[in-house]
Amino acid sequence: MTLNNNDLKRMASQVRRDILRMVYECQSGHPGGSLGCTDYFVALYFKIMKHDPSFNMDGKGEDIFFLSNGHISPVFYSVLARSGYFDVEELKTFRKINSRVQGHPTTHEGLPGIRIASGSLGQGMSVAIGAALAKKMNKDHSLVFSLHGDGELQEGQNWEAAMFAPFNKVDNLISAVDVNGQQIDGPTDKVLGLADLHQKFSAFGWDVMHADGNDMDGIVTALEEAKTRTGKGKPVMILMKTVMGKGVDFMEGSHKWHGVAPNEKQLGEALSQLEETYGDF
Amino acid sequence: MKKYTYTEKKDTRSGFGAGLLAAGKKNKEVVALCADLVGSLKMQDFINEFPDRFIQVGIAEANMIGMAAGLTIGGKIPFTGTFANFSTGRVYDQIRQSVAYSDKNVKICASHAGLTLGEDGATHQILEDIGLMKMLPGMTVINPCDYNQTKAATEAIAEFHGPVYLRFGRPVVPVFTPADQKFEIGKAWMVNEGTDVSIFATGHLVWEAILAGEKLAEEGINVEIINIHTIKPLDEEAVLKSAKKTGCVVTCEEHNRYGGLGESIAQLLSTHTPTPMEFVAVNDSFGESGKPEELMKKYGLDSSNIVDAVKKVMKRK
Repeated sequence: MTLNNNDLKRMASQVRRDILRMVYECQSGHPGGSLGCTDYFVALYFKIMKHDPSFNMDGKGEDIFFLSNGHISPVFYSVLARSGYFDVEELKTFRKINSRVQGHPTTHEGLPGIRIASGSLGQGMSVAIGAALAKKMNKDHSLVFSLHGDGELQEGQNWEAAMFAPFNKVDNLISAVDVNGQQIDGPTDKVLGLADLHQKFSAFGWDVMHADGNDMDGIVTALEEAKTRTGKGKPVMILMKTVMGKGVDFMEGSHKWHGVAPNEKQLGEALSQLEETYGDF
Repeated sequence: MKKYTYTEKKDTRSGFGAGLLAAGKKNKEVVALCADLVGSLKMQDFINEFPDRFIQVGIAEANMIGMAAGLTIGGKIPFTGTFANFSTGRVYDQIRQSVAYSDKNVKICASHAGLTLGEDGATHQILEDIGLMKMLPGMTVINPCDYNQTKAATEAIAEFHGPVYLRFGRPVVPVFTPADQKFEIGKAWMVNEGTDVSIFATGHLVWEAILAGEKLAEEGINVEIINIHTIKPLDEEAVLKSAKKTGCVVTCEEHNRYGGLGESIAQLLSTHTPTPMEFVAVNDSFGESGKPEELMKKYGLDSSNIVDAVKKVMKRK
């Protein structure tokens, strides 16, 4: 299913409702980063990637995506369900016993659309590079996308991967960092500052771009631009500015909503700000 | 006691190198990754034959494990190569999440395991790796005993779907198993049938068990020796059958007594048929620098220690 930009915005509203309702239902999970990355996910799955919801693990001949900061699983699950990987009703089972919709994404329960477990941070870039290398070996010209948190970049493995990919010309990879400036213990600048990410990734040899991750037209344009930059000897990195909790005024911009579920009153208030467009689960 | 002879001594890591080349020739999906230890892992022949199927990752083991997991998604069968310490302890969480929990078909191939890497000392002599790996659900753990068996095991794991930890070593040791053996994952190998005691040995300790068996035979003790090359899944049937027959057990491994082969066998026997046991293993300590044979003697892992353990356990029958 490919949507035009207007419908992408309507889909983003629905996905944000899904996120809030999933997290409310089990009174656990991570709404903040999920809401912040909703526009990116919707653009990717409903416009940018050529992908097959009938789901083959090997992803041969299709674009594939890896979520490294697995705690924003609600947005991932909602977008997978809404694009046909599994029934949206299954979102109700998020974080509950005997569910395929686990707290953090996993292949272990066989949920279609997931190709690697993530949650323990800092591992996804390596996995994405491995999958990109396999595509090159297979002469498969489709692309690999990955998303990482900014706080997650404090994990050292990222920098092993960041060094490897440009040196080995892994130019079929489009990674993005969710630059929301927040992590569990507070603003990243207070916890462990990331300094100039543009300079860092450029110095490692990446083709670095910037995007406003909460402007649907902007993120679509940026991702399309990123695709034109593949195949030119460098991996592409999109530093994507987002607002944690985007779409719900009292959640926006605060690390307090990183991993806290709304109560009934807060849920009502939040949903009143987001139009139901494609039908709640 | 069945007579075992050898005409040459070779390192098990060279068996891995030969097996990797053979596996690569058999299946074009086999790829190799190495973290700056190509010479030590004996991967050069594979690289010469298949330069496009080799990935040099530099000194970055966490990235290597993650990339290996990613490669499987495109249908590749990645073999990662570095020392046992850096193959396990250093990258435990990467293996746990990206390989084992994600059920990826990665072959983690680990050289320089145990004390016998020698002079480099304890920083490199991991004695906890079997335990670390066997605790991961779905992980297969293999520790072959000589060059030929390591080569056969390397070829066999390429044909097996699922994560595998393959452990081998640096020193040259007698080559006493057949060159044309068929390696069956999870199937124990009967080295010598006997009646008085069961010796379950893995890796380099299988040869030491044979030497011990010869000495004990001179004293009229008839030992059964079984090579447990696959620690997980353990060949429970073979272990239980032998223990029931002989009534006492000695386990032998170049590993900490905690977490290793001995512990797996003790758990099995205590559940089904409690049997007196002795453990020839490192007694909860780190290693140190020295020549391999000096270390094996100092840490109680040579054939004389097995002889002593057999005599001790037989008194407890």
